[in-house]
Amino acid sequence: MSLDDVKTSDFKYVGTSPDRPDGLDKVTGRAKFGADAYAPGMLHGAIVRSPHAHAKIISIDTSKAEALDGVKAIVTRADFATGLTGSNWNVLENIMASGTALYDGHAIAAVAATSPLIARDAVKLVEVTYEILPHVTDVDKAMADDAPIIRAGAADKSVPEGLHPNVVRYHESGHGDVDAGFAEADLVIEDHFRTEATHQGYIEPHACLGTLGGDGKGEMWCCTQGHWNVQKLCSALLGLEASQLRVTASEIGGGFGGKTVVFIEPVALALSRKANRPVKIVMSRSEVLRASGPTSSTSMDVKIGMKKDGTITAAKGVFRLQGGAFPSAPMEFTAMCAFAPYNLKNVKQIGYDVMANRPKQAAYRAPGSPMGAFAVESVIDELCNKLGLDPIDVRLKNASHEGTKASYGPTFQRIGLVETLEAAKAHPHYTAPLKPGQGRGVSCGFWFNFGGETSVTLALSMDGSAQIVVGTPDIGGSRASMALMAAEELGIPYENIRCTVADTASLGYNEVSHGSRVTYASGLATIKAARAAVKILCARAAAKWKIDPEAVDWVDGCAVPSGPNAGDFEPMPIARICASMGRTGGPISGHYEASPEGAGVSFATHIVDAEVDPETGKTSIVRYTVVQDAGKAIHPAYVEGQYQGGAAQGIGWALNEEYVYGEDGRLQNDVFLDYRIPVASDLPMIDTVIVEVPNPGHPHGVRGVGETSICPPLAAIANAVSAAAGVRLHELPMNPPRILAALEKRG
Amino acid sequence: MSKIHVTTSVNGDAVEFLCDPRETLLDVLRDRLGLTGAKEGCGTGDCGACSVTLDGRVVCSCLVLGAEVEGHEIGTVEGIATGEELHPLQRKFIEHAALQCGVCTPGILVATKALLEKNPDPTETEVRYWLAGNLCRCTGYDKIIRAVMDTAAELREAS
Amino acid sequence: MQYHTPASFEDASKIAAKATGITRFLAGGTDVLVQLRADIVTPDTLIDIKHIDGVHDITRNSDGGWTIGVAVTGAEMTEHADLGGDWPGLVEAMDLVGSTQIQGRATLTGNLCNGSPAADSVPAMIAAGATVTVSGPNGTREVAAEDIATGPGRTSLAQGEIVTAVNIPPRAAGGGDAYLRFIPRTEMDIAVVGCGINLAVDGDTITAARVVLGAVAPTALLDQACADAIIGSTLDDAALEKLAAAASAACNPITDKRGTIEFRTKVAGVLARRVAKIAYERAQAGGAS
Repeated sequence: MSLDDVKTSDFKYVGTSPDRPDGLDKVTGRAKFGADAYAPGMLHGAIVRSPHAHAKIISIDTSKAEALDGVKAIVTRADFATGLTGSNWNVLENIMASGTALYDGHAIAAVAATSPLIARDAVKLVEVTYEILPHVTDVDKAMADDAPIIRAGAADKSVPEGLHPNVVRYHESGHGDVDAGFAEADLVIEDHFRTEATHQGYIEPHACLGTLGGDGKGEMWCCTQGHWNVQKLCSALLGLEASQLRVTASEIGGGFGGKTVVFIEPVALALSRKANRPVKIVMSRSEVLRASGPTSSTSMDVKIGMKKDGTITAAKGVFRLQGGAFPSAPMEFTAMCAFAPYNLKNVKQIGYDVMANRPKQAAYRAPGSPMGAFAVESVIDELCNKLGLDPIDVRLKNASHEGTKASYGPTFQRIGLVETLEAAKAHPHYTAPLKPGQGRGVSCGFWFNFGGETSVTLALSMDGSAQIVVGTPDIGGSRASMALMAAEELGIPYENIRCTVADTASLGYNEVSHGSRVTYASGLATIKAARAAVKILCARAAAKWKIDPEAVDWVDGCAVPSGPNAGDFEPMPIARICASMGRTGGPISGHYEASPEGAGVSFATHIVDAEVDPETGKTSIVRYTVVQDAGKAIHPAYVEGQYQGGAAQGIGWALNEEYVYGEDGRLQNDVFLDYRIPVASDLPMIDTVIVEVPNPGHPHGVRGVGETSICPPLAAIANAVSAAAGVRLHELPMNPPRILAALEKRG
Repeated sequence: MSKIHVTTSVNGDAVEFLCDPRETLLDVLRDRLGLTGAKEGCGTGDCGACSVTLDGRVVCSCLVLGAEVEGHEIGTVEGIATGEELHPLQRKFIEHAALQCGVCTPGILVATKALLEKNPDPTETEVRYWLAGNLCRCTGYDKIIRAVMDTAAELREAS
Repeated sequence: MQYHTPASFEDASKIAAKATGITRFLAGGTDVLVQLRADIVTPDTLIDIKHIDGVHDITRNSDGGWTIGVAVTGAEMTEHADLGGDWPGLVEAMDLVGSTQIQGRATLTGNLCNGSPAADSVPAMIAAGATVTVSGPNGTREVAAEDIATGPGRTSLAQGEIVTAVNIPPRAAGGGDAYLRFIPRTEMDIAVVGCGINLAVDGDTITAARVVLGAVAPTALLDQACADAIIGSTLDDAALEKLAAAASAACNPITDKRGTIEFRTKVAGVLARRVAKIAYERAQAGGAS
């Protein structure tokens, strides 16, 4: 057998749902998350933040804070590296302002003290003098001629002339002739949509414990989706050599993209360097909402032409994304994903990255894609309504498939959109009767999925058990998935394998756990590492048998002669080979380092029933079904969990979550009381259908699953609510005041 | 600032500590007693990650002062299992994949255990409303609810 | 911050009367601790009143009325065998405050004295005709629930004054109460609009009513026009429409992160209608259990 074969059937371990290796720790309270680390002599850090949306920092007087008993260090921007450019400068500016506070919550200074209470008291004693500047938080207003300029010269060369300096990046893509396409249509609908910013809303606030000495050597413990990135950014921001900073990822209490960057980690290290003691910083929820995360707010125009038979003749979208006071809004992803589910002759998409006085946006689960899908799938729904067509039939008619030239350029390999649509159509949900006041919505969604730098080591123990060392923090049960894939390859039970997330000193570089890449990329690397180890195991058996290594196969955890010609030997189990590894050539390990590029794109189709109270505009989600292509579900229960979690976050985004800014540019809802994520009683059970169209780029057929699940919900819910309310909703969140206003306008 | 001396019981163990009057029970559990199972997700009583029992009643430990627990009995997630034997809820949460990141899990287990002691046969709706103060961002609650209902059924059968 | 645990209301009042700076009484702490943690209010003096005799008791008085101790939690009210039979609206209103965890700590008195116009239990208390007993340096007085809050976060209590009990009148036969609030989620939100109604019927005709709106003005609104809209009626559609119109007309709301003026005004009418129907059904079913 060739070790590079792609295996897509007859799995023994892959496709089962065993208990997770970190389960016991997590149900007993002993799992260590970001804030659960303590060090001898540890100080507690706290951050001084701007109460203004936009203000020049005239002076920072730390004398009173320094005089407080227990205060050991205070840092400002002067304590960080100088001369940075590009994205490193942006990250530094975001975590510690230089001359200007750019949003409510922007860090200005930080203190370290002997207790959290003293640190908080000291923050209040730092006197910052501001000169308040005009601000703008709305994406359209930030593009208007009279908008205050957030930072002149921030735009790159992509931006056409004549646009406001707050427009910092521009994207245009597509193919065909959209004007000709619209002319062929029987019906063209063009509409305007808006979405408000939402936060990733992980329950664990950012937390870290850092130590840094004057010798430039440091240690960092933090909750992060990517500790090599923490190492890279912290060392750049503090002027260190990356290898001198060892970063360990704690258990992570949710990330959803929001923990792919740094906020407090460089600050803790700067304080530690100054105080010569370990420093712990834990964000409050208010700090999390004001100064980390959120996604972009958007303003979008979508125009689609359709023939009476449902054929889409042309599609055009303009997507304006506000990403905070830095160039970072993922508008190209919005543009590239928006029409990806459809096989279009004529398509054009335009994106604008717009700066405003808000926190720097961070990735949030399929960054940019859900908003574009909201606009596009709403217009398709409206076209179906007007033309009297079934929404799934229309989507099937236009669906992208293998060989389709994608709206964003490449030609799709094998993909599973049609399969998700067919499964959705066949699902009992789609034809279940609706009660009065209820409406049903459907939407498709798309996400690319990423590969990225990946390193994995698999080492065998003397007893034939295996340990896998990965560098991608486990944000959804990935250690179980790695162990399953290794079990499959090694032919040993899942329980005989332990997967650990290594620190940065223990493994080669690993890209962040994002882009739904972990089960794909670390999984691929795990399989390749296992296969490398198997090759050695076979060689050891061959040496013992005195036959050619090529004449040994690996079957069910044993070396066996590949055929009668190879010789007549009893199968040699892994435990026996490993027991003698020291005498037969040394320790047996496999490793793999690469940047795999075969991440299969994935599609989903969601069906949702919503009920709207016509007197109050309040929406209840009464039924929800997620159908999504997983390629191959390694651990089906965790795949279902990703589907359900994405749907739930989409429900929050669609109905009640939003950043509310006051006239003064301050965030009004910086607590979970008013930043309304779905609670248990808000949601129904969320049905899932796992479609498996194997990804040819992964040895077990895996596609990433974590992000695609949040792409369809905004539109699916908007379509359901619009059907229930009898009026099209164009703006998220569809909170009760907004729905009631739409109902009154409808009359 | 003078500290307050408090004598209390945590998971059945007699405990003494000194605390600042502004310190919450959550601060005390985590920073003074080394019990980091209760998590701070919000500090405002909105997320339930810090849930503990106070004389058998579920509360947010972030909304209780350390000084207030003098003479009371505290129960935390660390006290749910009996020796090496997990409580059925803990077992079912693992079996049903009812946790993803796991940071809300301690609070949910504490809250759910109290529910099942009060109401051994809750409906799905009752479970959902009882847990409305325990935010989970990962799971969409589906598998959590299933794990709770399954545990309740098992406990009823066993009793 | 000084933390005190007085054993009597007299001592509590003395500590408060002498204190300088900011003083807070601590019962359930679900507002005090949130404000402390968020650096909104850090009291100089914090007086924990839970060590005072009787504060945890729910007592039925000889006249059939109720005395509710100032440290009685929402959960204890809900679990009480008889209180909810007499005053289901009041108990449900208190039960709507926060989560299971909050219910284990939050109190009626705290909800009242926090002075929030959106407090769920307050419209129900006012509708019920509840009073509170207030003790202070100048003796003891009984104050109607509607006279405690004077604006958002402000009360009529003087320095050194402390609420020592909540008094709920007897539930007469033929009476019923109800409370509903509007929130965008199913739980955990602050009321965008609240409405509590207590009414009495003689046969099918409403003979008395108290209608109270929450979160639509600086304090909870006890509105006579709303009451007049249904008194003398059999709560037919015309009366309900009149009530809804009166409720909307009574509103003096603001637009904020939780709702708009238009929304609150409209929904106040909707809620008033819905609440009246429940209270009316309860009254017809007999009132006191």
